[in-house]
Amino acid sequence: MNHAAASSSSYENLGIENRKFGMWIFLASEVMFFTGLIGAYIVIRQVTPEWPVPSAVLNIPLTALNTFILICSSATLVKGLASAQQGDREGMQVGLFLTVLLGALFLSIQAHEYHELIHEKHFTPSSSIFGACFFTLTGFHGMHVLVGVICLIFVFLRSMRGAYTKEEHKGIEIAGLYWHFVDLVWIILFTIVYLI
Amino acid sequence: MSEESHSRRYGAIFLGLFVLTILELATANLPLARLPIALMLVGLAIVKASLVAMFYMHLKFEKILLTLVALAPLAFSLIFTLIIGHDLMLSR
Repeated sequence: MNHAAASSSSYENLGIENRKFGMWIFLASEVMFFTGLIGAYIVIRQVTPEWPVPSAVLNIPLTALNTFILICSSATLVKGLASAQQGDREGMQVGLFLTVLLGALFLSIQAHEYHELIHEKHFTPSSSIFGACFFTLTGFHGMHVLVGVICLIFVFLRSMRGAYTKEEHKGIEIAGLYWHFVDLVWIILFTIVYLI
Repeated sequence: MSEESHSRRYGAIFLGLFVLTILELATANLPLARLPIALMLVGLAIVKASLVAMFYMHLKFEKILLTLVALAPLAFSLIFTLIIGHDLMLSR
């Protein structure tokens, strides 16, 4: 008999906790989704003769700052989880709160970037194929970040109500996997869309 | 592993990600041809993504099955992208 399953509320059929495995299967489908978009972007760019230099259109310094903010949010989340694992309730709550704050800051900066591009530079999804690709990729990623922030708000509120303990904090770990994945996708997107 | 060593590891990974981001920005402005810059940038991005996946998402310390689940879609995506790219190149 599996002692972990007998002693906790978690279940394992493949030697991996089922909820964690379920999240990874979902993330695998998200990998297909984003690599499909990124693959299409690479192919479209290769076959399109007229392609603007991204740095001439996009605000690279602002987006570099945004990338750093997202990386920080992954760090605060992993610290929050580590605190939960050690039974440090305050550390867990601070980590989760900072992650939510940084995620919201990322979204705010991205909204500002979109506003600047559309209203000042007249760079829209319909202005060029680069525009269509840019807003599709960053837009879908932004929606994923928004969903992540909403989930983390939920997790943070649960942590304030004492739902997570040193023995049971799976919710933070699983929500964390999704958030780190969102950060990972941005690392790739920033490089492919903004820098190359 | 002790709490302090966990903290030190996460701190080191964060510092690594920060340094790699700075390196990426510097690489993008190097006075080189586009292809070498693109290859270096993709390499740096893969290193950063791997650090996040292995340490923040804990893949390095999990069963190998999770790494396979995470990497398998990449193989399919690469095949699809190459096929579509080849098709588009031919049609032009």
